[in-house]
Amino acid sequence: MRAVIAEDSVLLRIGVVKVLEMAGFQVCAELADAEGLLAAVEEHRPELAVVDVRMPPGFTDEGVRAALVIRQQFPDTAVLLLSQYVEERYAADLLAAHTTGVGYLLKQRVADVEEFAAAARRVAAGGTALDPQVVAQLLVRRHSDPLDRLTPREREVLELMAGGRSNSGIAAELVLSESAVAKHINSIFTKLDLPRADADHRRVLAVLRFLGVAGA
Amino acid sequence: MRPILRKSFRGAARATAFHVLGVGIQSGLLLVVALPWLWFVPVSTPGVAASALYSAGVLVLSGPLLSRAQRARFRARLGVDLPAPAGLADRPGTRGIAGWLRSAAGRRQLRYHLLVGPLSWVGGLAVLGLWAVGGAAAGVYLWFWTLPLGWRVDHRGYSTLSAYTTVVGVALLCSTAWLAKGLAQLDTRAARELLGPSREEELARRVADLAESRAGVVDAADAERRRIERDLHDGAQQRLVALAVNLGIAKATLGDMPDDVRKVIDDAHGEAKEAIAELHSLVRGLHPAVLEDRGLDAALSGIAARLPIPVRVAVELSDFRPAPTLEAVAYFVVSEALTNVVKHAQATRAEVAVGRIGETLRVVVSDDGVGGADLAAVTGGTGLAGLAKRVASVDGTLSCRSPVGGPTVVTVELPCAL
Repeated sequence: MRAVIAEDSVLLRIGVVKVLEMAGFQVCAELADAEGLLAAVEEHRPELAVVDVRMPPGFTDEGVRAALVIRQQFPDTAVLLLSQYVEERYAADLLAAHTTGVGYLLKQRVADVEEFAAAARRVAAGGTALDPQVVAQLLVRRHSDPLDRLTPREREVLELMAGGRSNSGIAAELVLSESAVAKHINSIFTKLDLPRADADHRRVLAVLRFLGVAGA
Repeated sequence: MRPILRKSFRGAARATAFHVLGVGIQSGLLLVVALPWLWFVPVSTPGVAASALYSAGVLVLSGPLLSRAQRARFRARLGVDLPAPAGLADRPGTRGIAGWLRSAAGRRQLRYHLLVGPLSWVGGLAVLGLWAVGGAAAGVYLWFWTLPLGWRVDHRGYSTLSAYTTVVGVALLCSTAWLAKGLAQLDTRAARELLGPSREEELARRVADLAESRAGVVDAADAERRRIERDLHDGAQQRLVALAVNLGIAKATLGDMPDDVRKVIDDAHGEAKEAIAELHSLVRGLHPAVLEDRGLDAALSGIAARLPIPVRVAVELSDFRPAPTLEAVAYFVVSEALTNVVKHAQATRAEVAVGRIGETLRVVVSDDGVGGADLAAVTGGTGLAGLAKRVASVDGTLSCRSPVGGPTVVTVELPCAL
């Protein structure tokens, strides 16, 4: 699998490149701004683009805009956004347009090397990876009552689920048995009036639809 | 004797020069004012009326100019700075005169020119006269000795008399020195009262100055926090992430290594990640980047998302962005208030509402906890009391309603324009 990376902080870029290589990616291009990124994606047609949200020259949301263009023009290239902090509108913008092959993680997650590698592979394969912080923040923004009916444990499960984890992943994270996780998920679906779905990312979509982010 | 003399005359020259200038100004004015009365002696009623009108007119018209001249005199001769009352141009001419007369400051100045002016003229003349008389008398004994010897022998009695006269002259000079200084002091006191800004104006000006300088200090502190945040983010934080990444890669790729080595790398990786997290929360406490980039809405959602209880955030400012300093204060109010809710209130939920009412930014944090929060109870730099201080630094108000049994509502109002 091939990847390109656009990140203006040199140290972090080197780190991300190492992790991607460890995860089995071949990094074809390393860039420091959004414009070079589009050209590189056009040239290399990689499976994955890892993109910093804030980049020169404006240091605002260049990365998000570039990500939208990439997903639009090069559907075979998945985009993983890296951000210094959570801005759920960026995630919402991204997810409203595309629900597959996108990810939004905080920069510090790169340090959890193996999890970051797994997230990169998942996104490149057409899945989703949302930072737990993003999901938590989306839950805060949802001004609706059904969420209040969830128990704290169910909220945790929902957050992990929205982050793209499988049942076994959630069970490992929360130190629960898989059957307990399944029970919680059923309970969440019931409380939120969501139909059951099988594939991992469909569950994410269901959650996101409930959150009012994704139009799908 | 000499110390007394020195003390007497110290400053007398300055005071005298001050009086000379005063007498000059006053005499000039008197000459202009009295012109018709000297030129021809008005006898008819219209003549008297016209002359009186002229004199009064000159006095009033020259008022602002005279004030300027007097202030210059105090500054040049005594080093006394009498600031002109704010918003009052001391320009001669009829345009500003009506306003000058209507203003309290203008009327006070006119009082100085009509009452204190003539008195200081008389006083100044007296000082000059006494210097002359005293000087002449003090020199008599010397003059006596310049007379021919024969005459002096014939009029031996005058020798004693002239010595007495000289002693009286010196005493007169001494007292004139004191008089000159005393009168200058009286004049200064009157001028401060009447020519300078009134106490009210002075206080108003002080308040304005203080408000401005305090706003500057608060802004500077805020800018400093932001600078430190950027430095930490661009420097230490990036390096720590790079370090953690390398350790993580080592952990994942170095397959077969002794258990103790694996443990060391494991621990180091964990430590590095913890350091990142700690630095992150430190930076967040200084001035979160999201606040600067995306504003209150995004930053407050971030706080709410990190709390263990559900928090609703409603920021209704449409496109309005408060000044960075105000945003920072509002952010820390919410952050601290929510921390308190989690620590003390045993609440199951909380709400944050931010809105703008006229020129006021209003922040309300409420919870459904046990209440009983007290502004006075929490001391030190943190807690509600610390919040109140931070709010007061931008002229805001903080109120806390928290009956025992709850709910607690903390309301903060921040003026958008200082």
